[in-house]
Amino acid sequence: MSAVQEVVTEAPAVEAVPKRAMTLGYGTSLAMLLVLILVPLFVKNFIIFQLTMLLIYALAVLALNILTGGSGQFSLGQSAFYAVGAYTSAILMEHADINYALTLPIAGIVCFAFGFLFGQPALRLSGVYLALATFALATAMPQLLKLGVFEKWTGGVQGLVVTKPDAPFGLPMSQDMWLYYFTLAVSVAIYIFSVNLLKSRSGRAFMAIRDNEIAASAMGIDVALYKTLAFGVSAGITGVAGGLGAIAVQFVAPDGYTITLAISLFLGMVVGGVGWLPGSIVGSAFIIFVPNIAEGISKGLSGAVFGVLLFLVIFLVPHGARQIAVAAQQLLGKFKKN
Amino acid sequence: MRSKQRTLIAAFATAILACAATSGSALAQKKYDTGATDTEIKIGNIMPYSGPASAYGVIGKTEAAYFNKINAEGGINGRKINFVSYDDGYSPPKAVEQARKLVESDEVLLIFNALGTPSNSAIQKYLNAKKVPQLFVATGAAKWNDPKDFPWTMGWQPSYQTEARIYAKFLIKEKPDAKIGVLYQNDDFGKDYIKGLKDQLGAKVSMIIAEESYETSEPTIDNHIVKLKASGADVFLSITTPKFAAQAIKKLAEIEWKPLHIVSNVSTSVGGVIQPAGFENAQGILSANYGKDGADPQWNNDPGMKKFFAFLEKYYPEGNRLDGSVVYGYGAAQTMVKVLEMCGDNLTRENIMKQAASLKDFAPDTLLPGIKINTSATDFAPIEQLQMERFKGEKWDLFGDIISGEASN
Repeated sequence: MSAVQEVVTEAPAVEAVPKRAMTLGYGTSLAMLLVLILVPLFVKNFIIFQLTMLLIYALAVLALNILTGGSGQFSLGQSAFYAVGAYTSAILMEHADINYALTLPIAGIVCFAFGFLFGQPALRLSGVYLALATFALATAMPQLLKLGVFEKWTGGVQGLVVTKPDAPFGLPMSQDMWLYYFTLAVSVAIYIFSVNLLKSRSGRAFMAIRDNEIAASAMGIDVALYKTLAFGVSAGITGVAGGLGAIAVQFVAPDGYTITLAISLFLGMVVGGVGWLPGSIVGSAFIIFVPNIAEGISKGLSGAVFGVLLFLVIFLVPHGARQIAVAAQQLLGKFKKN
Repeated sequence: MRSKQRTLIAAFATAILACAATSGSALAQKKYDTGATDTEIKIGNIMPYSGPASAYGVIGKTEAAYFNKINAEGGINGRKINFVSYDDGYSPPKAVEQARKLVESDEVLLIFNALGTPSNSAIQKYLNAKKVPQLFVATGAAKWNDPKDFPWTMGWQPSYQTEARIYAKFLIKEKPDAKIGVLYQNDDFGKDYIKGLKDQLGAKVSMIIAEESYETSEPTIDNHIVKLKASGADVFLSITTPKFAAQAIKKLAEIEWKPLHIVSNVSTSVGGVIQPAGFENAQGILSANYGKDGADPQWNNDPGMKKFFAFLEKYYPEGNRLDGSVVYGYGAAQTMVKVLEMCGDNLTRENIMKQAASLKDFAPDTLLPGIKINTSATDFAPIEQLQMERFKGEKWDLFGDIISGEASN
């Protein structure tokens, strides 16, 4: 593993400007966006739905990436923020009749506050201890959602059914396609926000903390503030993803937001490449499609097949999609020289 | 030579005519929706093969084996069943993805026996909007019997409310002066039960003198039992899942409280509940059941169960006959096949719902003798009868008549 790590870190394109290492060039980004815009025109509604879920999970992975890749804090509790976002959107839509688009910023703000507050006690913890504290949050959340006190709003174990929005202004597209473009717009906005955040003063502060907390505080960075801020931002984005998820799936129930979801998101981040934002979509594709492939190979042993595939990825490309991208870039560079 | 030619032509002509006539009439009768053809019927299914409820995955495997048996025996009216079963890991969002895959990508005719209340709730609205039958869902919630709002959804097993009504009927008849103490799990399962119980007791709801609820996260339910004993109840209704049912049986023996003890049907497993709690503590406990128990020797010579055992041997040798889920899957698959047979050559989704809602006195091999499946346009609850049983020695003894749990009577 260390040999591979050296190869990757030796690549000057990555090391020299760490900020840029977190994003893609303009050309590649635009090409990617173009693909995402065009694909739905040629596929069935079901595939469009899967692509929507791909974007939604990519957002959640991105949020975790900001937290872990950006500020160096671990979280296994993302499913809890996702659930809060999903329930906020669902409850506002079904009980308060608020437009679905407006529920998303509210879900984001609620989750930001929740994440920021959770970040306070989490400040005292680091590394595996922080991961465990967030793990507790993830295991507690489904049970909290079932509590009788909230049942009037949450629907208890039965969950809540959410109405799917139609395309506005009489646009001639199916609900699925509209929702896909809506999600794409939200995702692009959040992606641009995240990239700029990491390039900004705050982003530099996150990374300074990640690299060395003591050195960061010696440079005058308010470590406590920026650590909780990272938690808040991450939770907020996860909340928006959760809200979108609720609208796309049209249903929220406690069983949808178990610890398995949190681990899936963590997995997506690692597979996509920790700290490499564009990798989020690759990680998301991994957690959505690979279980289906594994099931196709063997129904009874789908878990084992998934494990083997995951093991192969971690063993062969420990830095995930980022490593592949870097390798491709180097290969391209060689071609250009020749 | 010429005459030979003529006869040949004549023979040909008649053959063509006959052919045209039969195919013409057949064309007039045969009607298909997506997922059905002259040779195949495509059925979708969603099961938790992985995740917290993966023990139930056996149901899907049993059903696949049963459809294999039907195919090996020539299929249904000459059509083979193509059973497409996906894993949702008991996660509602995944269930939605899989349901959409089944309907839009695999293009199944219907979705059969998807498992779990949360997963089925998640896909109910979608399937009803798409007018795809969601037949014989594998959950005990009462909400599946709602033909007015959800005409494309139908349950199969008796609902928890049905079972609770049966206990209420039994108590009103056998112990009219009962003082009932109820312990229930605080979730949809427990609440459905309480509703059924209170509905059936009606004016006599005051027979319930104490109610205690517990959360599945509680390590022990001892304090609830002590409270119920202190209330002076002489009937203990235990609406509990296996782990807590066993704890209750043990605790009752420990504090020497000997009420009439009724335990819910989900916790009647001899191996999973009674044995761990101790046979000596469980003597005389009552419950109700609708299916035959593969572990019970009294069914060894029963013709239905003989067929079931023969099926296991030939088509599903790794299936455990003691596992209630295997018995369950067999019965559900048999009901599905019955409905498809009734549809004949009219395999439209509409006709499937119509036929599923016209089952009359159908008795799958694994249901208790006398328990029959009946449905109608206003009754989407196939099994609504149970028989009381009492634990004696090391097994359950059935007693009394088959009791119907229908809301009307």
